Amino acid sequence: MIRFAASRLLSLTLSLIMASVVVFAVVEVIPGDPAAYMLGLNADPDAVNALRDELGLNGTLWSRYFGWVSGMLAGDFGQSYTYRVPVSELIAQRLWVSLPLTFLSLLISTLIAFPVGLIAAARRGKPSDYAIMGVTQLGIAVPNFWFAMLLVLVFAVNLQWFNAGGFAGWENGLFAGLKSLFLPAIALALPQASILARVMRSSLLETLTQDYIRTARAKGLTRAQALRRHALRNALIPVLTIIGLQFSFLIAGAVIIENVFYLPGLGRLIFQGITQRDLVVVESVVMLLVFSVILITFLVDLAYAAVDPRLRSGR
Amino acid sequence: MISLQALTLAIHGTPILSDVSLDIPQGQIFGLVGESGSGKSMTALALMQLLPSGSAVGGHVLVDDTDVLTMTESEMCALRGNDIGMIFQEPMTALNPVQTIGDQVAETMLIHGKASKSEAAVIARKMLDRVGLPANKFPSSRYPHELSGGQRQRVCIAMAIALRPKLLIADEPTTALDVTTQAQILDLLRELVAEENMSLLLITHDLAVVAGMADHVAVMRRGELVEQGPTEQLFKTMTHPYTKQLFEASSHQPDRADDAQETPILEVKNAIREYVAPRTKLFHRPAPFRAVNDVSFTLMRGESLGLVGESGCGKSTLTRAILGLDPLQGGEIHLAGEPVLAGEHMPASLRQKVQIVFQDPYGSFNPRHKVQRLVMEPFHLTKAPENARNRVAKALETVGMKAEAMDRYIHEFSGGQRQRIAIARALILRPDLIVLDEAVSALDVSIRAQILDLLADLQTRLGLSYLFISHDLTVVRAITDRVLVMQTGQIVEQGQTEQVFTAPKHPYTQQLLNAAPQIPDDWLETKHA
Repeated sequence: MIRFAASRLLSLTLSLIMASVVVFAVVEVIPGDPAAYMLGLNADPDAVNALRDELGLNGTLWSRYFGWVSGMLAGDFGQSYTYRVPVSELIAQRLWVSLPLTFLSLLISTLIAFPVGLIAAARRGKPSDYAIMGVTQLGIAVPNFWFAMLLVLVFAVNLQWFNAGGFAGWENGLFAGLKSLFLPAIALALPQASILARVMRSSLLETLTQDYIRTARAKGLTRAQALRRHALRNALIPVLTIIGLQFSFLIAGAVIIENVFYLPGLGRLIFQGITQRDLVVVESVVMLLVFSVILITFLVDLAYAAVDPRLRSGR
Repeated sequence: MISLQALTLAIHGTPILSDVSLDIPQGQIFGLVGESGSGKSMTALALMQLLPSGSAVGGHVLVDDTDVLTMTESEMCALRGNDIGMIFQEPMTALNPVQTIGDQVAETMLIHGKASKSEAAVIARKMLDRVGLPANKFPSSRYPHELSGGQRQRVCIAMAIALRPKLLIADEPTTALDVTTQAQILDLLRELVAEENMSLLLITHDLAVVAGMADHVAVMRRGELVEQGPTEQLFKTMTHPYTKQLFEASSHQPDRADDAQETPILEVKNAIREYVAPRTKLFHRPAPFRAVNDVSFTLMRGESLGLVGESGCGKSTLTRAILGLDPLQGGEIHLAGEPVLAGEHMPASLRQKVQIVFQDPYGSFNPRHKVQRLVMEPFHLTKAPENARNRVAKALETVGMKAEAMDRYIHEFSGGQRQRIAIARALILRPDLIVLDEAVSALDVSIRAQILDLLADLQTRLGLSYLFISHDLTVVRAITDRVLVMQTGQIVEQGQTEQVFTAPKHPYTQQLLNAAPQIPDDWLETKHA
């Protein structure tokens, strides 16, 4: 297991180095002057030169790359051009919204999807299975911004249980923070839960046709026992894969929902960075996202190995 | 005493079993023989009440005078594993890959509430010892993927007998195993029956296996028992024509002459094939695994050469090298005088001289293509001729199929027909050499006999050379002129087939031949007379 983790860790590091080279190349090396791009078409040449100096674009390629990477390693992501504050500060603020939001919606979606998928698989072909399949189909089809607006209408405008938008801030207590993230988390979780429940169901059904389920039944296990004791763990691999992908998507893909609820998340930061041509912000956030995706992949790999002993042998 | 009385079964209205009656006495082995689809496994599943949905069962299945067909599902769950244990054909997939073998054996006790968790672990350990998996080599914490097929089948047996059931059902328990492993598992089953005074229902397609094992035998065809009786008596008399037919097919000797010429078609000289072994240390490259080690042989034009050996001995690896799919690390291979080089280097004109027929007639065709396209596939080597369709028709007719077959899809054909189509595909380029990789191993004995006849006939008519790869010694003996015996990557013995089979020199060949189950000669004398 330790060898497996070490080999995964090595590949994680290599992926990160590769990714940093690519991100750096796309933003800084590809033809065109970032400074001129950031300032727009009619920029004054002096201003462009000043910005070039500020961005450190006048150094050699190597020194710029190593400056950027070593800065990031020390937590210095540079200065945002539009906000005039360190990017690390911006990211830290946004992460405190985006990360809890991601975890909350993943938690909700998993809590829904596991039992629902299990029930559908156990009751395959029965009315409850058809009902679940219908509802999850709807869950995938409904656009989540529309669902979000519906949630706001019902729970914020009519029932007034929640605020319609904005983030209360963690300084006002855990509950207040969670409360303002709850509706957006539900809106994000709905399609995720629908997909996950379907993956869970089909993976379980596939597993239930395996020979070892027949063996288990021949030992005297009931259908439900065989499902719980033998099918569940074997069915987890594809489910874990989807959870990993969903996490990566949620961490920055929540732009629309963040906009609906006026949440200051990472998605909005990168969106603003792009529209304001703030390459320093874009570069850093992209690198951060790459890092989080690679980290999640690493964790999912470890989870695979925890579930399946065949993967632990290090191959 | 377990007794089936007038058992009938229909699945979604299709009759599967009709009027099956048999008694399995305490402490005896009952052999149930038949070809695939005859209803053997369904009989066992009816006994266990593990039938697929849509099944309608009639008659009685008495276990100690209780009719299991009247039991509720929860009563059945209490019975399965406790009074009746069952093991299946495919040991590689019969165990849960994410649970240790100890836990899986212990589960039988736990699920029936017969032991606490710690007691169950102790009994499970004893059971594993009992089936020949001692604790020092096979600790309970092993996972199934760390064991071989035979070892996994032992774990399955331990699971099935943990609660000392009255009846053990073994459904083709050794079909997926090598002959030597088969002999060991059969010995184990025989011992267990004797020691535990358990009954065994042994389901198999192999007459020789029941001949050596069973006290009673029943022969099944299309859901009916055509004949049953004490084993020796049944083999000596064979009153029902189907029993005779089955027996004759299983020892079928196709009519063939030794047409080997003096010119070689395939020459393998000191072939070495190595694989990169998986890394165990980060900065240490492990020694490569040598799958084929210094193999040399010559195959003459018009000759049929057998290659036998157990799984993992390097047969398939050698085949891949001969076909030019994998490069050699040493030695050389010549086909019709030209060197065989792997990959892009192998000219199409050389590649078309050798074709292959695979084992699995179900997996070796693209299900989305019609037969015409499937059979025409090798033409990508030559550019399809103008009369390609005629060539396909002719190839199909050569293998005994109708030309109309070419406009149909592969799923419309039976296993035997598919294997004929596979042979047609191999013939279409008029190759010199056909490699038959376990080409009849997946077929029932009667179909197998027909395909062997076809192969013998084609060889005489078209002057083909065969490299016939198989683990089945009977088949190799029937179809080849010369035979190579392969063990751990090396040819340990070669010679004229009859000579090798009657007077094997190498200990490994002797071991293989001894392990192969056989019907005692004196049981057959009356038949030949």
